[in-house]
Amino acid sequence: MKTTDQTDHKRRDFLKTGVAASAVTLAPGIVMHTAEAAPRDKAVDSSVRWGMLVDTFKCASGCDSCVQACNEENGLEAYSMPEGADPEKWDQQRPKWMRNVTLKDNLSGRISNLPLMCQHCENPPCADVCPTGASFRRADGIVMVDRHTCIGCRYCMMACPYKARSFIHENVDIKPELAPRGKGCVESCNFCVHRLDDGETSTACQDACPENAIIFGDLNDPNSEVSKALAEYPSVQIRADLRLNTGVRYSGI
Amino acid sequence: MSKSIEQKSVKFAVFLAVLVSMLMISTAYAGKNWRAEGNSKASQMAQNAEMCVRDTDFMRRNHMELIQHDRDVTVRQGVRTLDGSLKGCVTCHANKQESGEYVPVTAMSGPGGSQFCASCHVYTSVSLDCFQCHSTVPTE
Ligand code: SF4
Ligand code: SF4
Repeated sequence: MKTTDQTDHKRRDFLKTGVAASAVTLAPGIVMHTAEAAPRDKAVDSSVRWGMLVDTFKCASGCDSCVQACNEENGLEAYSMPEGADPEKWDQQRPKWMRNVTLKDNLSGRISNLPLMCQHCENPPCADVCPTGASFRRADGIVMVDRHTCIGCRYCMMACPYKARSFIHENVDIKPELAPRGKGCVESCNFCVHRLDDGETSTACQDACPENAIIFGDLNDPNSEVSKALAEYPSVQIRADLRLNTGVRYSGI
Repeated sequence: MSKSIEQKSVKFAVFLAVLVSMLMISTAYAGKNWRAEGNSKASQMAQNAEMCVRDTDFMRRNHMELIQHDRDVTVRQGVRTLDGSLKGCVTCHANKQESGEYVPVTAMSGPGGSQFCASCHVYTSVSLDCFQCHSTVPTE
């Protein structure tokens, strides 16, 4: 078995997009992505690259519907504090795949809100540093942890510039059938991969957002909603200077 | 000279021990046919199924290889229709209590005694790590 799955990762293309930092270069898709109705029976390939656009103009202050939906979908709340633990520490270390972030421009005082999660980097630092190959990028652009081989060293948590990863310190109360998880592994947003593999084309956070601030879809398909929105509105990568060519883009910041 | 005789007898003793334990295990398994009519241990679903994803003898010896291979393909390539699905094992082999609730496949007691995974794994003293993360009962 291969330990990395960085198929079709072309260094040159990466450099090109890296230079064009916020210009959002989206390769015109040759193969049109169509939603499959049945569970996936073929290996994913790079004809699809899953990605997301968050419109921070729409993201309402104080709203955390997306975070709640993510917790619900992936069973993140089924996790109880062991007796004698420090509640403050426990709270700080709770698994969070998504967090609400408030940004303030010190010059103008303008405040914007946004959900921050794994940015599904094309060249993920988490996977670079992982000693076991457990952190990997699937051919369709989803960066995941293979918990079967994760040894819980948390190196990836240190490498991630977006604080996107969580470590599971204690046994979980419920092991969700769709997203199995347990003590001793690192985990992060996986774009609701169980949904995508079942032929769905939306994520829990996108479905939950009352303001439609999250658009999810195939960046390689020029006709997908997310590609059209990216072509129409200006958007940026957070920390574009790191040249990670993230799959999650933000507009309005 | 005496050394080599000693080595030979050690080898024979090991061979004998392996033979005896194999005989013991096969006698212990002789009466266990999960799909047999009237076996309270086989869940209704497993009893109704034509057969498991492979024949029983193969599964007894190789289920772990099957599961391990297919987990890599599933996690890394997203293929969700493979035979070696742990979820599939649990869905088919979990028993229901009279109350209608599922009994964990790793439980030491329940309808018909110890449950599907537990019955062999406890007997052979092989620890089961799958269920640190995976569900021991079907949830859908
Ligand atoms: S955002 Fe962090 S966890 Fe996600 S791919 Fe990039 S480095 Fe890895
Ligand atoms: S915690 Fe797991 S996924 Fe992260 S670097 Fe260590 S082995 Fe890899």
